[in-house]
Order: sequence, then structure tokens, then C-alpha cells
Amino acid sequence: MSDQKIVTPDTAVIQQNGGFEDVLREAQQSGEFQPLLDNIPYANLIGLKFQRLGNDVLFHLPKNDDNIGNPILPAIHGGVIGGFMELSASLHLMMNMDCATLPKMIDFSLDYLRAGRHQDTYAECQVWRQGTRVANVAINAWQTERSSPIATARAHFLLTK
Amino acid sequence: MTTLSIETRAKRFLATLRHCQVLGLTVDCASEDSVTMRLPYNQKIVGNPVLGTVHGGSLTTLMDTACGTAVFSILPDFELCPTLDLRMDYMKAATPGLDLIAVAKATRIASSVVFTECEVFQEEDGKQGDLIAKCAATFMRIGANMTPPEFRAKIEFGEDA
Repeated sequence: MSDQKIVTPDTAVIQQNGGFEDVLREAQQSGEFQPLLDNIPYANLIGLKFQRLGNDVLFHLPKNDDNIGNPILPAIHGGVIGGFMELSASLHLMMNMDCATLPKMIDFSLDYLRAGRHQDTYAECQVWRQGTRVANVAINAWQTERSSPIATARAHFLLTK
Repeated sequence: MTTLSIETRAKRFLATLRHCQVLGLTVDCASEDSVTMRLPYNQKIVGNPVLGTVHGGSLTTLMDTACGTAVFSILPDFELCPTLDLRMDYMKAATPGLDLIAVAKATRIASSVVFTECEVFQEEDGKQGDLIAKCAATFMRIGANMTPPEFRAKIEFGEDA
């Protein structure tokens, strides 16, 4: 499937620019996603890391002064927690399915449950439904204990195979 | 009660948020009706390296901050209100190279909750261009007595504090 060429505006641009499509296909074939992550500037900005444990993926946002919102509390900016969870969800989809481009986010709904303290944060994702065009992904983020999440979210992605 | 203008409160509030300084967010204007906030285009917030489009996570930070700033600057007594939830719709990928402008307003201020809405447009030739994203966010009012005195001083006296 991954070598199937479907001409969409997105893939046309990728072919012009070269590179990233190959990086994604290579990652999907080898299971080695670090080069792909290195190609996403926003992931480097917030410092996202991940660990694959069989079919499970644990996403990790190490403590980073630049991710702080209010420095007096101090707490991670809520937008960074959201961005970390959005990026985790799209990476999780790319790791677990066959897609030729980055999945496009349609919408994102985020509930904050506890303050995100200035410390390491983790996230894991669950694909509840993957149709032909849309995927529904749930994301939970926690710090000290998985059973005490700091935020829970749901994302819809538009898939282009 | 403060005598500071809503715009001064909005600018000083934003100045305290470290991650927003990293992204280069600025308050264009603020009044009782709305807060207008700018996210300058920058390579480091790119999410799709092929297309050069900004990552949704930086939009999440923009919208969370714009709504949170609207709430903080309109409430009379420097109340810090944590975000309860955010719901975002991504209508269209932003054109690479263009600044994004968020317009946020509080639609209802209740005794324990504040409801807000925000729209993000791209700026084309100095004018409001296409609608890129929308957001509805809800904030908790935990009381003005929960605002740390050092934080209050930073808002009251700005950088001189």
C-alpha cells in the first residue's frame, strides 16, 4: 500500500519538494520514526520524545523552561500541553497506519483536569475508530501517575492514503 | 479595582507567559469587547515541513492565550482563571509566511465560570484574510485571592515590579 501513488494536491507538492514523503515511508517500513520527528520543527521546539513498547507508544515531553506559561506558579502553558497531545495523536496514527502524508487535524477537544506542573509529562493515545476518511483518537496526558491524568483530549483527523 | 486600561492589563499579562515570548505573541489591541493577538510566522513552529504550514499546537497556544487574556483583562481584580476546556476547529491550513491574528471575546461572565470564543484569521496585505481556526474555551473563576502577590505586582507595575 505504501508505494501506491494517488495524486492529490498534497502528494504533488511532496513530490516536488521531495524528501519528507520518503522519510515517512522509510519510517513506516523500518519502524524507526526518529528521523521523521527530527523533520518536524514544532516537535523540536517543545522537545517531544517518544518510546515504542511493542505496539504501544509512550510520548514524553521533558521538563523545559521554554514551555512554561505562568512562571510564578510555575505551570506548563496549557497550549503546549494541547500541542504535545495533538502531535502525539498524529504521530501515533502515522506509526499505526498506512498513510502517505501527515494526517490533517479537523478538530480537537481538550479537557484540563489538573495543573500541568513544571516537570516531565507523558501521553498515550488510543485510536477508537479509523474509517476510510476520518480517524477518532483519544489522548491522555499525565505527570506523576498515569491514573491521575492532567488532561484528556479527543481529535479527529482527515486521512489521505 | 484597578485603574489600568484593559489593553495594559492584557499586555502585561501576556508578558508574564514565557512560552508566549518564545512564540513571539503580541497584543495588537484589547478592549472590553475583544482582545486581538498576533502569532508571527516562524520556521520553528512549522508542523508540516513539506508545505511549511504551522503546527496546530501553536494555534492551540495562540487561542488558549487569547481567550485567557480576554478573561484576565476584563475581570476587575486580576483573577487568574485556569482553562477548563478548549474545543478547536481547524478550518483551513494557514498559508506559510503569513501572520495569524486571533480575536477573542468573553461571551458570558458568570460567578464561577467564564465562557469565551475566538477566531483566527491569517493576515494578507495588512488586512483580515481567510478564517483558519475557531475555538470555544471555558475558564474557572477560582477567586482573586488565589492570585499570587508577586504576580499581582507584575501586572500592577509592569516590568518595574
